[in-house]
Amino acid sequence: MSSPTRGGVQKLLGLNAILVFVFLYAPIALLVVFSFNDNNNVGIWTEPSLRWYGEMFSDRAVMNALRNSLIVALVATVVSTVIGTMLAISLERYRYRGRGFLDGLAYLPIIIPDVTMAVMLLIFFFQSFGILELITGVSLTTGLHTIILAHIAFNISFVAVVVRARLAQFDRSLEEAAADLYANRWRTFWKVTFPLILPGVAGGALLALTLSLDDVVVTQFVSGAGATTLPVYVFGLVRRGVTPLINAVSVVMLIASMVLVGLSLGLQRGRSGRPAEELVDPGAVFEKAT
Amino acid sequence: MSVEGPVTPELERAAKKAESRRGFRISLPAYVYLVFFFAVPLVLVFVYSFASRSATGRTVLRNWNLDSYERLLDPLVIEIFMRSFLLALVTTAICLLVSYPFAYYIATRGPALRNVLLVLVMIPFWSNFLVRTYAWRVLLGTDGVVSQISQALGGEPIRVLFTNSAVLIGLIYGFLPFMVLPLYAAIERLDWSLVEAARDLYANGWTAFRKVTLPLSMPGVVAGSILVFIPSLGAYVTPAILGGARTVLLGDYIVSQFLAARNWPFGSALSFAVMAVMLLATIFYFRMGAKTL
Repeated sequence: MSSPTRGGVQKLLGLNAILVFVFLYAPIALLVVFSFNDNNNVGIWTEPSLRWYGEMFSDRAVMNALRNSLIVALVATVVSTVIGTMLAISLERYRYRGRGFLDGLAYLPIIIPDVTMAVMLLIFFFQSFGILELITGVSLTTGLHTIILAHIAFNISFVAVVVRARLAQFDRSLEEAAADLYANRWRTFWKVTFPLILPGVAGGALLALTLSLDDVVVTQFVSGAGATTLPVYVFGLVRRGVTPLINAVSVVMLIASMVLVGLSLGLQRGRSGRPAEELVDPGAVFEKAT
Repeated sequence: MSVEGPVTPELERAAKKAESRRGFRISLPAYVYLVFFFAVPLVLVFVYSFASRSATGRTVLRNWNLDSYERLLDPLVIEIFMRSFLLALVTTAICLLVSYPFAYYIATRGPALRNVLLVLVMIPFWSNFLVRTYAWRVLLGTDGVVSQISQALGGEPIRVLFTNSAVLIGLIYGFLPFMVLPLYAAIERLDWSLVEAARDLYANGWTAFRKVTLPLSMPGVVAGSILVFIPSLGAYVTPAILGGARTVLLGDYIVSQFLAARNWPFGSALSFAVMAVMLLATIFYFRMGAKTL
């Protein structure tokens, strides 16, 4: 593909691109470098060491938060992937009463700001626990379970969007062929449909995992005493100031998300070898939503 | 499947009904979950915004009133609102100005280079937001890298941290990929023969861009702007880490109503107002985008 722009403009475009990449990567790179700094003061470079990584692994609060994060993310991802995939199939393949309402309802958690989502769920848990105590006398509190319930609430929609994109480009004659060969619905689904949408399902699951591991705002609102996740714990530390320990934890979190990106890119690559549309173009979600 | 007798309209209708029932059954888990954990909470926030407070600050679901909405017109609240709105607008504008040529550059490379550049944009896009914001806190502090460079060059120590500029930098940094990716998708889809046709008809490069390329990439501009504007307006993490006491934005103001001030009705009203503004902005922007298409 040749563009109709000339040399001078091309040079400016190239320069702009370099500057944007420097802007995107320099802060992350510096953070990684400083995490290997053996000084109590973040700004002063002394010598390279793994000291802060060692301290991180012996820090009980950090390790506890990390464990909570992993439990929450794994459970929320599994549940939201199953429910979200079913939602995608139902919205993409069937017509029924209330489908339009569900379609809109499923898009809202993506568009709504996370502060609002956090407020909604805080009030909801507070109110429903109050009612439950009034009726049954059992008093529930917030904790890991409420965090998991909240994460599933926002993850379902994201999983559904990614799986729907995959279903939309699906060749339905393959399913018809299976039916012609006397496969029943269940068999057709597991032998034909599911393997074909699997990259979408896996992509949705990785997106859910990433969102769950990243979330600060919603989790902060619905977590109880002693049940914080790693991002919420780090957020609390960051507000008090910058420490080399946070640098080390940050780098570990960064590596985790980069591994996840690598996995999703690998999974989502189409036959053309380019990243799939649904990961490249988050705007497509909005175009579809209206 | 057994095939007995002719296919009557009744049979067809029954099959269709069964099919739609099946679709509904498959949607049921998500339906129930979203109604219970999303629709009901949404309605609850609305209800709470009309509630009153007891002397101790507890929310009382009696004496329904409009006090919380009246307080939205308080000069202090309007100031916070305007500050957030402006900051979100400036963030969106800067992101758009930087991202358009950037996305254009990527979209017009050869396939191999294009994919590499695209992945390089996606890595920060999917990386932990908190960590990326924190990186700027390290950079912008009094003994941060930016200040040290300035001092090494013989200048004054710069302190950007805890100002509006710091929040602006953080927002641009956080949401820039949200603008680049939809723009890229729109420009990449573009039919270049139309641009060539314009050139054949003696349009110069600028005119061809203004009259053909830009209008055709408008869906990307619209989607990118919404994707940046909405989270910027409700931003909480960025101002909490990079902003100061004098740069309170809507996001942290709402949070403080729940976690510090314990004024849930007012916090609910604020949340609803933010949501309304966002929906209006989205609809307005889509209308505008549709007109230019």
